[in-house]
Amino acid sequence: MEHHSSVTVRQPLILGDKSYHQISEDISRPVEGKANNLFKILFTISSLLALWGVGCFAYTIGTGIGVWGLNKTVGWAWDITNFVWWVGIGHAGTLISAILLLFRQRWRMSINRSAEAMTIFAVICAALFPVMHMGRVWVAYWVLPLPNQFGSLWVNFNSPLLWDVFAISTYFTVSLVFWYTGLIPDFATIRDRQMKPRMKKIYNILSFGWSGSAKQWSRFEEVSLVLAGLSTPLVLSVHTIVSMDFATSVIPGWHTTIFPPYFVAGAIFSGFAMVLTLLIIMRKVLNLEDYITISHVENMNKVIILTGSIVGVAYLTELFVSWYSGVEYEQYAFLNRATGPYWWSYWSMMTCNVITPQLFWFKKIRKSLIATFIISIFVNIGMWFERFVIIVTSLHRDYLPSSWTMFHPTFIDVGIFIGTIGIFFTLFLLFARTFPVIALSELKTILKSTKESPNPPQH
Amino acid sequence: MSNKVIYGIFDDEEVLLSSAKSLRSKGVRINDVFSPFPIHGLDPVIGIKPTRLSNAAFFYGLFGTASAVWMTWYMLISDWPMNIGGKPNSSWILNMPAFIPVTFELTVFCAAHGMVLSYLLVNKLYPGRKPHNPDVRSTDDKFIMEIQTSQNRKHSEEDILSTLKSTGAVEINQKEMNKA
Repeated sequence: MEHHSSVTVRQPLILGDKSYHQISEDISRPVEGKANNLFKILFTISSLLALWGVGCFAYTIGTGIGVWGLNKTVGWAWDITNFVWWVGIGHAGTLISAILLLFRQRWRMSINRSAEAMTIFAVICAALFPVMHMGRVWVAYWVLPLPNQFGSLWVNFNSPLLWDVFAISTYFTVSLVFWYTGLIPDFATIRDRQMKPRMKKIYNILSFGWSGSAKQWSRFEEVSLVLAGLSTPLVLSVHTIVSMDFATSVIPGWHTTIFPPYFVAGAIFSGFAMVLTLLIIMRKVLNLEDYITISHVENMNKVIILTGSIVGVAYLTELFVSWYSGVEYEQYAFLNRATGPYWWSYWSMMTCNVITPQLFWFKKIRKSLIATFIISIFVNIGMWFERFVIIVTSLHRDYLPSSWTMFHPTFIDVGIFIGTIGIFFTLFLLFARTFPVIALSELKTILKSTKESPNPPQH
Repeated sequence: MSNKVIYGIFDDEEVLLSSAKSLRSKGVRINDVFSPFPIHGLDPVIGIKPTRLSNAAFFYGLFGTASAVWMTWYMLISDWPMNIGGKPNSSWILNMPAFIPVTFELTVFCAAHGMVLSYLLVNKLYPGRKPHNPDVRSTDDKFIMEIQTSQNRKHSEEDILSTLKSTGAVEINQKEMNKA
């Protein structure tokens, strides 16, 4: 072979010959400019969906959760499926901002801000479901360890559902302050560019009066590092605890020790798919193609192959262990998943989660935006079905065949789910118009070492 | 004697860093530096001590652990022992495995929030505070060194200005300091 390809020259993370000022310009543009028509259309659609969801919520609260399709056998269905799905999606944001920070992966800097925003909005959507499922939402505060007026009865610290309360609220609030701490200096950049007093005032309030002195930066870096260190075990603990909601019970198909790592891998898998779905649109709408490049997309696709394969191995392990355990209930649960009345959901899950991500082994597919976008949607759907399969197929045929039944969602079930998708996209679109969507001060620190050089070195 | 503030404005962080080093080697005290992003290696040059925020976070975390241990013990062992699913309720240590998740989450909760609150407090960041960066460009692409003549009586103003200029400052501004 005549041609020697150069030894792994790193792909530039920022395209175009940017200066520090150009970065401020590019990232502030969506905040300062007028909304384009595409934005207006997307915003209208998603806020209408959100309103529809709010209507269904109101109907549920007014009438009771009997309006859902639940019955005596299937006491948990779409609500908990959606809860686990949304929490899982949130995990990618923390992985990108915390775990990749500890691993010093610099490509995270273009995507961490929007991925963290996604985390926060996804956890908001997730938290709505357990609160709704309480039925009497006005007593939702009973999950907190407060003394109550009916005698000194306390919350049950032995219950994984209570662990969830602590895990989700810690996860939500810590992600929120981590995100906001990083936003403060970037809000200051936007503030200092404003000529209109009203905008200046708003962004000064948001920036908490940041001035960027050496001491402030030194503390900023320390806080970012420690928060990343705290968030890393936190994010792993959250989905571990969510999986224990199932694993500590004695339902066939739930009572397995593989659940915590399997759920965490699945969470990261689905989260990265959602990040890709959002960012492929966002980079186009906000003209950020120079910052969120094909190599960013490719890196995320590699994470999808890894976590998707872990999920695939977990599915096969579950099947093997159910056979090898010799427990007939366990064996039947899996036979029923694959061949019972819900076979279609099991095979949608298998196709979307195990087969489609393997297409990313091909470099061409990994680098294609259209293919990535389509596969990311498949993964989102597949991961929703995974939770549906785990929850509904294990419940609908329990130990007592006389109580076997099917679960049929009502239009309220569907409406609430679609409503949360609307809430999620509405919040994300508002974020994209008013917040700096890329951590610009962080990005400036890597500009010199990762930009495309105007005169590429000759090999 | 007039009290002045001199602002040396740079358009590159490395130039500012080498300029700060040469000023320091002459014994000039640099009051502060304002920059759009953290400049690595600057803190020891201008005499900023490493922050102790992470030590604080450790103790906040310890507080979180202790509160979780106390809370689980008081509520489930001492005040109202509940026998749920045959799980032992006679002593905290026997019931401890079920208390690990809550203990962990409270530890992280207290460490993270305690640290962030301290950070906002020591950095004096709160909504409505007036920013005190001398030039709006310092959050965009300019790096500004602040030198106060009152802290550098041994050095003449001209001396400082010429060093700044020769070490790469692209712009130098001066301001009369108000009598405090």
